[in-house]
Amino acid sequence: MKFSDLHLRVPLNDMDQTRRMIARSSELGYSQIGVPLSFGVKQDTIDQLRQTSEEFGVDFVTRLDLAPKSVNELLGSLRRFRRKFEVVSVLCGSKPLARQAAKDRRVDLLSFSAVESRRCFFDWAEAELASKSSAALEIGMTQVLSLEGFLRVSLLSRLRREVTTAQRFGVPVVISSGATKVLLLRKPQDYACLTFLFDMDVSSALEALSKNPFGIVERNRVKQGSSYVAPGVRIVKEKARDSR
Amino acid sequence: MIKYVRRRYLALRVECEGPFDRKTVSDALWNAVLQLFGEVGCSQAGLYLVHFDEEKNYFVLRCSHRALPMVKAAVASIARIGNQSAVVHVLRVSGSLKALSKRVTLPT
Repeated sequence: MKFSDLHLRVPLNDMDQTRRMIARSSELGYSQIGVPLSFGVKQDTIDQLRQTSEEFGVDFVTRLDLAPKSVNELLGSLRRFRRKFEVVSVLCGSKPLARQAAKDRRVDLLSFSAVESRRCFFDWAEAELASKSSAALEIGMTQVLSLEGFLRVSLLSRLRREVTTAQRFGVPVVISSGATKVLLLRKPQDYACLTFLFDMDVSSALEALSKNPFGIVERNRVKQGSSYVAPGVRIVKEKARDSR
Repeated sequence: MIKYVRRRYLALRVECEGPFDRKTVSDALWNAVLQLFGEVGCSQAGLYLVHFDEEKNYFVLRCSHRALPMVKAAVASIARIGNQSAVVHVLRVSGSLKALSKRVTLPT
């Protein structure tokens, strides 16, 4: 089984540490990693990351994390940057924003604040919208590891509710590490064991680490390919033009 | 009639920023189970550190087979040993020590 970690937060200003994190991801059994990049990232940086990933036999995925303050800002950012990145994640900070992100087909991952439980908008209405637009719910495991006491209790309770809602409406769940350093990385199987804390069964957890993220990346790569025209329409063969 | 207790043995590997010993690892394990599942969970887990190899950062933990998902989750949740950042990886799980030693290849 192949595994993917779509949220590896490598420090782009420290290439040694970045290299170590990519190497460790490969060692732990991941064959695909997604690195969040900023809007104005240079092509050289992307090439360097891709080269390092290839060196360790890992598929590199460009990812954009959006944290807009308004719906208009979200739509503007999507219009400008969607085509430049393979995966787009939106941190939903308000209800209108969460609803817009859930129904927009350009959004791949919906994420919510781990600490502020009042800012969790993944309810039935949100799940229904997300299920129609094929957006997935992202769960970052670093917070589960690093939080303690009441904050972790609140996070686990929220995750349990969100996972149940997602499964009920058929919204895919994606589990990612969100790790910023090597010692926060875990094996995919270890993450699957950790999902026991919020009542997710092991097979669903493994799917959330493999099938679901791979599906998102594959779908977007097809869309970004030159033969893609619209959903269900792609160029199979081009007719040669007359040179008269 | 005495109920037969089925056990599971977990081969684990520790990675830590600094030095650690058997006691600190054992404390970290107990604290992880205690924090996540409370005293009742701890009493059901039946944790026991069977073998500890400080040189290879490798140890074997015994637990009740019913508590295995709990223990695996607790082990994966360990982020600190003592005051240092750490991670504990599960290498293998087995029903007997003999089978575990056959299956697990120790990291060099």
